[in-house]
Amino acid sequence: MTVDERPGRVSNATPAPDPASPGSGPASPGRAPATSERSNRRAKDDLDRLPVLRATGVHKSFGPLEVLKGVELTMATHDVVCLIGSSGSGKSTLLRCCNLLERIDAGTIELFGHDLADERVNEDLVRRHTGMVFQSFNLFPHLRVLDNVTLAPRRVLGVDRGAAEARAKELLERIGLADKAHEYPDRLSGGQQQRVAIVRSLAMEPRLLLLDEVTSALDPELVAEVLDLVGELAHQGMTMLIATHEMGFAREVADTVCFLEGGRIVESGPPERIFGDPTEPATRRFLQRIIDAGRL
Amino acid sequence: MTWPSRRAPQAAAPVGTVTVGGIDPGPPSDEDLPISLYSSHRPRFRGRAGTAASTVSTLVVIGGLVALIASPAAGSFRNGFLNIHQMWIALAGDPSRGILSVGKGFVLNIWLSLLCEVIVLVLALGVASLRLTRGPVLLPFRALAIAYTDFARGVPVILVMLWVGFGAPSLGIKEISTQSPVVYAGFVLVFSYSAYVAEVYRAGLLSVPRAQIQAARSLGLSSRTTLYRVVLPQAVRNVLPALLNDFTSLQKDTAIVSTLGVAEAVHSAQIAGGVEFNYSGFTVASILFLLITIPLTRYTDRIMNKDRNRRLAGTTA
Ligand SMILES: Nc1ncnc2c1ncn2[C@@H]1O[C@H](COP(=O)(O)OP(=O)(O)O)[C@@H](O)[C@H]1O
Ligand SMILES: [Mg+2]
Repeated sequence: MTVDERPGRVSNATPAPDPASPGSGPASPGRAPATSERSNRRAKDDLDRLPVLRATGVHKSFGPLEVLKGVELTMATHDVVCLIGSSGSGKSTLLRCCNLLERIDAGTIELFGHDLADERVNEDLVRRHTGMVFQSFNLFPHLRVLDNVTLAPRRVLGVDRGAAEARAKELLERIGLADKAHEYPDRLSGGQQQRVAIVRSLAMEPRLLLLDEVTSALDPELVAEVLDLVGELAHQGMTMLIATHEMGFAREVADTVCFLEGGRIVESGPPERIFGDPTEPATRRFLQRIIDAGRL
Repeated sequence: MTWPSRRAPQAAAPVGTVTVGGIDPGPPSDEDLPISLYSSHRPRFRGRAGTAASTVSTLVVIGGLVALIASPAAGSFRNGFLNIHQMWIALAGDPSRGILSVGKGFVLNIWLSLLCEVIVLVLALGVASLRLTRGPVLLPFRALAIAYTDFARGVPVILVMLWVGFGAPSLGIKEISTQSPVVYAGFVLVFSYSAYVAEVYRAGLLSVPRAQIQAARSLGLSSRTTLYRVVLPQAVRNVLPALLNDFTSLQKDTAIVSTLGVAEAVHSAQIAGGVEFNYSGFTVASILFLLITIPLTRYTDRIMNKDRNRRLAGTTA
């Protein structure tokens, strides 16, 4: 792991929305593009003050199975929150509720100040500003790496091909995969595929990135390259909600660790406290199991 | 309880037996080994022997076929179906005796199949999408789509052809009843094949993992863009061989149009056969069809193999 200290995050690593590009400015849909530098900055400051995500009393059931039973969670800009908890505890479900892949049954989830249950909220706009990376990569197998990355900017934001490809190559360059730009995904290793999947999300310049156990499908020797990339993003100030089984990673990269069990966030706090001195018995039991399995 | 010994009783060979007379017994023969790995068949042909063997067998088969056709007993067959002179007459046509050109007729077959295929590919996608919709509002359409595919696939094409070809003109509705038989024929082919192709599309659409759709939607792609840019390309790629197969069938089934008296290849061959009392025209029509369908099926096979290799290669994690 290379990211062990984070001296002063670059606070504007997530660029302010460019008023000229269609569809940017998540907190101001329909607001007239700010013209002066000053009002532009003001809009951004507003945005930074708003919680990126605020979940209150979130309930979610699948048929008779109640998975989330009142989840509370607040995230500010640049926060990195790690969700830990045993398999089946509802981590994925919570993430999927945040970008409307699932609808919640009760409670509210506010994203960038908007209640997701509001019927004026457009789910495509929610997802445009909220990247999601899956355990199983889910790259588009019929598209080359470059086209995987440019698809959404081109088709959703209307960026022209040349600009989209230039940006995509820049991103691929950053993860050292520029030479794979014209390969199909199945020619890449799992670690490479997952890094491309992350870059594919980044190409939309999301304000919030949801990562769902992004290393769980990888061979052990490929885990580090993906975690390094995520750590780098954290270092640059990306706001991230991360479901993970990598406790060492969570300890290093998270501002807040949330332990999910029985449909609730049983305990949350800075990683030093959660891993060093957990107060809840459930958290202790969970961490003990992890230690016994030799994974901490 | 004691288990019976699984060791086969062995001839006692005392340690240190001296070979009598200094004769080396050599490597143990097959019978000496507990498990035989020797083939009881003769060894297969390999290398040059294999090439020679395949040449001989090919010559034998071809020679046999030639002998069969050339034998005196097959004389009337040769004359009736393989008469070069008659084949030429059928191919080129002879207007003075009312013999239509099979070659010209075949152009109509090709043209019709291409036009129909294009329409089928579009319509079938609509039908397949309808069948895959969810929600109560579209229920009647869904039911209609299911009824249509069941019906169109369940009735022989030739029956629909007769039904429309002879039924429509007798309806007495000007717009419907006065169309040319080619239009009826095209309608029937599109009607029947859209149902088959819709089912192929549906299988293809269902073969795309839902995770792909979720990944696309998570990037902010609309459901429409997701369908056209992510789902459909993968779906079509997964069922391309089946689509090509159906196209080959459609190509062949344009022959059924002959029942409506349209001057396509088969009908023209029928006319030539009737005038000349010779059926070499049918041979000509068959050859023309084969000229199109064999490359098409070869191509389909190639795609299928490529596709299989791609799948078997799998992905690495
Ligand atoms: N679409 C679904 N339909 C029915 N049950 C589901 C669905 N998604 C998740 N579940 C169930 O919800 C529970 C929580 O799942 P999940 O959120 O994937 O847990 P985690 O990601 O923490 O392993 C599991 O018991 C799972 O079987
Ligand atoms: Mg999960």
